[in-house]
Amino acid sequence: MQSYHDVTVEVGGIAIALHTHSAALVRLLEHRFGRFLNPSATPDFEFDITVVADSEPDEESDLTVEQRDGCWFLRRGDFRAEWDSAARRGRIWQTLNPYGIDSILRIVHTLVLSSEGGFLLHASSAIRDGRAYVFTGPSGAGKSTIVSLAPDDVTVLTDEISYVRRTPQGYVAFGTPFAGELSDAGEPASAPVAALFRLGHAEENRHQRLDSAATVRTLMRNILFFTHDRRLVDGVLDTACDFASRVPAYTLHFSPDRRVWNTLG
Amino acid sequence: MSTCVVRGDKLAARKVGGEMVILSAEDSSMFLLNEVGTAIWEAADGRRSIQAIADVLCAEYDVDRATALADVTEFVESLAAAGILSVADEAAG
Repeated sequence: MQSYHDVTVEVGGIAIALHTHSAALVRLLEHRFGRFLNPSATPDFEFDITVVADSEPDEESDLTVEQRDGCWFLRRGDFRAEWDSAARRGRIWQTLNPYGIDSILRIVHTLVLSSEGGFLLHASSAIRDGRAYVFTGPSGAGKSTIVSLAPDDVTVLTDEISYVRRTPQGYVAFGTPFAGELSDAGEPASAPVAALFRLGHAEENRHQRLDSAATVRTLMRNILFFTHDRRLVDGVLDTACDFASRVPAYTLHFSPDRRVWNTLG
Repeated sequence: MSTCVVRGDKLAARKVGGEMVILSAEDSSMFLLNEVGTAIWEAADGRRSIQAIADVLCAEYDVDRATALADVTEFVESLAAAGILSVADEAAG
């Protein structure tokens, strides 16, 4: 009889337990999620994973996320998953790679945050002096560059996908393991968000305050969405408006130089 | 036949700093309305016709009715093309 292996990945204070018979998958997950593994956490959600053979892997095929009868159904070339969010359990069928789980975790966190007050954002983020700074913008705006220029006393939360969650103390940014193939996972740390920056390039470092409408526009262009569910879209827009009313936001034009960090905060 | 202007039902909309931010749940596209666009959007409550919305604009802004009617017609047509407003037959009664 095959034994079950457990891997519990905790991101943003939400622990997701992954159960599988595949020791090979466990090794991939442990490598992928390293510092975000928390075996002692009580799982908020659990998934049973079955590894299937590479039939005709088509990882480029479009992702679909649908809700029917209270269950979420996720499908892409390299995985399919069913998730009963009320029962907090789901099943995943996937080929032997770490990317399917990475996508599924992003989707699950996005769906949970959209109803609880939070979002995943195309942004880098980092902590300095106990305050988190979030840097967003389109590809090429400098999200990775600005955190690569960070001084030694800065903790990088992510250089790609930021995790922001509403708490009784305000909005908090958490580190994420969600990284591209060429980037590293962030640190599993968190801090209250001090400011949001919309990045652009310039010869000299300068920043300018964004009004709340521009902040909402910036957020909505960069928040990760996976659902057409009207109620959840409403929730995300509510969160963006609330965030814009509580957290200062700026445009930040910078030259690729460490001195930009002297102008923050 | 009497018609009224109806907002799409798969939309999330919030007024932020005088601008209306509208998000389509269908395809996540975003629409931003300026102050006048926002006034038209708010007047398009599913009961008013284009003519009635133009009357609302005339009451709120210093604009003649012919200009208001042309502006509202153009605005409604452009948002209808984007699928976030539609012109429908007025409900019976």
